[in-house]
Amino acid sequence: MSSDTPPAVAEAQDEAPKSSAPRSALTAKAGLGDRIFGGSARGAAVFILILMAAIAGFLIYQSVNAISKDKVDFLTSFTWDPDGNTTANGDAEFGIAAIAWGTLITSALGVLIGAPIAIAIALFITQYVPRTLGTVFGYVVDLLAAVPSVVYGLWGLLVLDQHMSGVSKIIEDVLGWIPMFKTNGTYGSSIFTAGIVLAIMILPIIAAISREIYKQTPREQIEAAYALGATKWEMIRLAVMPYGRSGVTSAIILGFGRALGETIAVAMVLTSVPGLVTRILQPGGNTIAANIATAFADAFTTGRQALIASGMILFLLTLLVNYAARLVIRRSAKKAGA
Amino acid sequence: MSLSHPSPVRKAKNSIAYVVMGLAFVVACVPLVSILWTVIVKGAKDFNGYFLSHSMRNVSENQNSGGAYHAILGTLEQVGIAAVITIPLSLLVAIYLVEYGRGRLAQAVTFFVDVMMGLPSIVAGLFVLSFWLLGLNNKASGFAVSLALLILMMPIAIRSTEEMLRLVSPALREASYALGVSKWRTIVKVVLPTALPGIVTGMMLGIARIMGETAPALLLAGAAESINPNVFQNPQGSLPLFAFNESQNPSAFAVNRGWAAALTLIILVMLLNLIARLIAWWKAPAASR
Repeated sequence: MSSDTPPAVAEAQDEAPKSSAPRSALTAKAGLGDRIFGGSARGAAVFILILMAAIAGFLIYQSVNAISKDKVDFLTSFTWDPDGNTTANGDAEFGIAAIAWGTLITSALGVLIGAPIAIAIALFITQYVPRTLGTVFGYVVDLLAAVPSVVYGLWGLLVLDQHMSGVSKIIEDVLGWIPMFKTNGTYGSSIFTAGIVLAIMILPIIAAISREIYKQTPREQIEAAYALGATKWEMIRLAVMPYGRSGVTSAIILGFGRALGETIAVAMVLTSVPGLVTRILQPGGNTIAANIATAFADAFTTGRQALIASGMILFLLTLLVNYAARLVIRRSAKKAGA
Repeated sequence: MSLSHPSPVRKAKNSIAYVVMGLAFVVACVPLVSILWTVIVKGAKDFNGYFLSHSMRNVSENQNSGGAYHAILGTLEQVGIAAVITIPLSLLVAIYLVEYGRGRLAQAVTFFVDVMMGLPSIVAGLFVLSFWLLGLNNKASGFAVSLALLILMMPIAIRSTEEMLRLVSPALREASYALGVSKWRTIVKVVLPTALPGIVTGMMLGIARIMGETAPALLLAGAAESINPNVFQNPQGSLPLFAFNESQNPSAFAVNRGWAAALTLIILVMLLNLIARLIAWWKAPAASR
């Protein structure tokens, strides 16, 4: 610091970056009101941490209780009978392999169907439609996010599923030589139906985030593409889509995370069938979340704890997925900064 | 070939892309219209004054009678309690993050709010189950549902409030400081009022979001067919849970009640959304309208 700087200013400069204590700019000492207010804000923040720790702690405690009673490998077994209703000696036997598979396949199907449509909508709204109309269209798509999941379930079960047998039959006729698309002659209430319901449910999330990102495409890049003689579609491929790639990728991952945890809609649409279900067009299948919803009512102590253990796995799964989404964003931010 | 006239192939690709994207929007509208249409048409059959003012007490599932009053009351109370706890708490957390937080604590809180954002509603329900019911030996009640709902609303409320507080111009804060106003008074009298419409919008969207949550109620509310205004004792009804339970029943009358409950729920949720958006639009600066 140069010696001709007035001491008061020097002090202020020194303190500015590290001043985290609640105080006003002018008074040297924080007043009582400031201390109380700042303290309660801090307390609320600490409460969030305690809450998360409590969530993790209680889930782990109950899960460990359940898994210690498990007679088969929790991670690889296909059966779900924690209360020992059908096992020899009434032993608890449960594993999450089958329902974890169901969770992943339905969510993957949802993303596979929903994400391309969501991205196309985001491009349509930001690039093709006039701005005011785009806002209105955006609201319309956002309305899909406002529909409660139990309504999706009701609609999926009683309306959508009736139309699924025709579509499923066509798919089987064309792709039936792949084991996955073979059926036993019945259709509907299937993993495929659940995938479509999930696709509709995550579509507004992916569309909304993508829309915000595409909207920010730098004007110069768009005009540069046009100056090279690009058509509108070529401009989108040259300027808009590369600009939004990482943001849209993370939006898709976030949508996948939302699909993993969806409970009621999937529980209502799927006919739960014990064991591993690989045929996606015929009735049957189960997910971790749907299994909790359907098995809870008949579960006793061990049964409930086992369901909590499966919820714990679901929690870890969504945590991992959300972390991946954040990683994608951070990587691209670093690249842009460099 | 002149530059101003792209080749037919490129032109065709351009038109196809346009049509495909327009179609994608139409495809997304199909389920929306279908859902709203079915819920309104099928829900209207049973949706009347009797349905809204009577419970399912002494009504058997295959009877063409009964209503959702117990469930509506339960949902309003559960959501209300969750909101009353969440709103001040998340306001304080957001204020901490924007006005005070710099160091490790703020980073940790931001991270865990993100984690909570992705928390599936069924896991929130399981947490309250393992903590409030199994851990502390309480019975199923409306309050247990409120606890799960507040965990779900908290991250939405914090995130939206945080965004709104960050939008408040630093010049406003500095002007207040320059007048010798203390920090907490600046926040309460200058920052919060400026951001208020946005904060209200965010809170209402959060309330609308938790109102439709079925999974926590399924685990925590217990089975209730009668009116129970006490959230702290005995099972209490819940509107989404009522819609779910009725739809699982083979009786056509039960399914009709399920649709009517779904209609009631959608009306409540859409109303909240609409009011929230109206506040946002009405208070937004003219340029961004």
